[in-house]
Amino acid sequence: MTSPTLKAPAGNGPRSLRRARPRYGERAVQGLLLVAALVSVATTVGIVVSLIPPAVEFFERVSLADFLGGTEWTALFSSPRYGVLPLLSATMLITVIALAVAVPVGLGAAIYLSEYADRRVRKALKPTLEVLAGVPTVVYGFFALSFVTPRLREWWPGGTGPDFQNALAAGLVMGVMIIPTIASLSEDAMSAVPDALRDGAYALGSGRRVVSVRVVVPAALSGIVAACVLGISRAIGETMIVAIASGNQAVLSWNPLDAMQTMTGFIAQAGSGDVPVQSFEYKTIFAVGALLFVITFVMNMISIRLVRKYREVYE
Amino acid sequence: MTYVRVTEPPSPAAPRKLAGPRFRPDESAFRVLLLCCLAVGIIFLGVLLTYVLVEAWPRLDSRLWNNFPSIRRPERAGAQSAIFGTIWVIAFTALFCLPTGIMAAIHLEEYADPNRWYNRLIELNIQNLAAVPSIIYGILGLGLLARQLALGTTVLTASLTLSLLVLPVVIIASREAIRAVPQSIRQASLALGATRWQTIWRQVLPAAVPGIATGSILALSRAIGEAAPLLLLGAVTYVAFNPEGLESAYTVLPIQIFGWISQSREEFHHLAAAGIVILLAILLIMNAAAIWLRNRFSKRW
Repeated sequence: MTSPTLKAPAGNGPRSLRRARPRYGERAVQGLLLVAALVSVATTVGIVVSLIPPAVEFFERVSLADFLGGTEWTALFSSPRYGVLPLLSATMLITVIALAVAVPVGLGAAIYLSEYADRRVRKALKPTLEVLAGVPTVVYGFFALSFVTPRLREWWPGGTGPDFQNALAAGLVMGVMIIPTIASLSEDAMSAVPDALRDGAYALGSGRRVVSVRVVVPAALSGIVAACVLGISRAIGETMIVAIASGNQAVLSWNPLDAMQTMTGFIAQAGSGDVPVQSFEYKTIFAVGALLFVITFVMNMISIRLVRKYREVYE
Repeated sequence: MTYVRVTEPPSPAAPRKLAGPRFRPDESAFRVLLLCCLAVGIIFLGVLLTYVLVEAWPRLDSRLWNNFPSIRRPERAGAQSAIFGTIWVIAFTALFCLPTGIMAAIHLEEYADPNRWYNRLIELNIQNLAAVPSIIYGILGLGLLARQLALGTTVLTASLTLSLLVLPVVIIASREAIRAVPQSIRQASLALGATRWQTIWRQVLPAAVPGIATGSILALSRAIGEAAPLLLLGAVTYVAFNPEGLESAYTVLPIQIFGWISQSREEFHHLAAAGIVILLAILLIMNAAAIWLRNRFSKRW
């Protein structure tokens, strides 16, 4: 409240409107709150600081080209090779399987919730779907390994079925885990589409399906894409499902029936063993972790930017 | 009162045409397809819960919480140390992350000028942290807390790491609760001469408590289910004692379950399922509490 009229005269009147004494308590509280908000920035700094020095030490011995271009990953063996491609390919394959489940199913659920369901149904179904996101991932891992994989092996038509641990089961179950992420965010984006657009389409004689698919979905597209990118980020970073159900051998293979190891799977395996702190194996955790962080960071930024973009359109 | 029909009723043909054909197979098929999408998730959840419960049935008895884990005698193994470890770790996680998260939310909603670059940076940073893989937090805890600060692999490291992990969730939920308090409440308080902080402390926060509590419980229930970061932080599977303090070694339920899953013997399989039932029961109770809180105390202005 520092409008010039209040400040100016030194007379009796406006003086009482001015602050009687400086409130140090208020300032202190404000500072404390700022510090709390800065904890989150410190977390990011902490992540970067804990990743970089060991990763730098790693890259002093293994060249970046060998790391990113090598096709053999045997970091915990006696004759170690540090080519990250097998871990990357496994991560990508499982992500693709997960998205093949989560994107169509999640989007379908979102369209139903946003365009078809009435308020009461939506209020009941949305939280039910979100329970899926609250199930601990170790439970999904257990289910993938001991329920989904045996069923897959049983029902596989002819020939050899999937391995005891395989990328397919892990990817399918991970896809179900990501459904609520995609459904919930897409539903938000679709609900934000103004009714005028729908009414216009109805006025032209469109049915509900046409309005949903040709009007609402395109209008909410950036929000939907943001949801999918966030889903990719989740799938890349998910650890327990792949650590339990997809196996621990890093092999360069595109066959989803094989056992394979993802980046997160390797970190979990190396980190839960008794790797000596000063050893070179210990530093591989941080090198793979740095790659994982960079990839998910880029994905998150794309997603955040897209969400911003669609918000600006209708506000 | 009776109405007198002034005009002839329109012939049934006219409105029919406006309504379109009564049965449109493509529309119905699309609707069914969408319902199937919704059903996939819900049926999956149903199958998962049933399967776990059936598998756990033979081992769902008092041995589970009375006995300590054992690797040699699965028939006598329990999960007492894991249950107590979970309670210890979550209690300290709540102690660390709730005040910090709520204070950060107050700063961002009540004090921060969104046009300042540093406030925008904080906001962007929180959104990003909310989607950083949990195992990266494990690396943070391992590299910075356990090794650099030499806190070791203790209850303290675990709860600090989990606090940082769920902090963005607490902040985002608390911000939404604070934002939902109408501006008129603040203006009335300020008009009566209350300072900014008095307004926040006496008016805004009490009104936002139900929302904050709901979000906090959901955040903590996420922390309870996390296993990945604790794998890196030395939460060992077979710990035959309950934690006695912040410096103590520990295990938690998800890690214990992970350990049991990795064993090949049949008994461990049932044991893992039983552990999962306990874990899910805890989460269910927490979620029910959150929903109850929201319905009981939430205000509509």
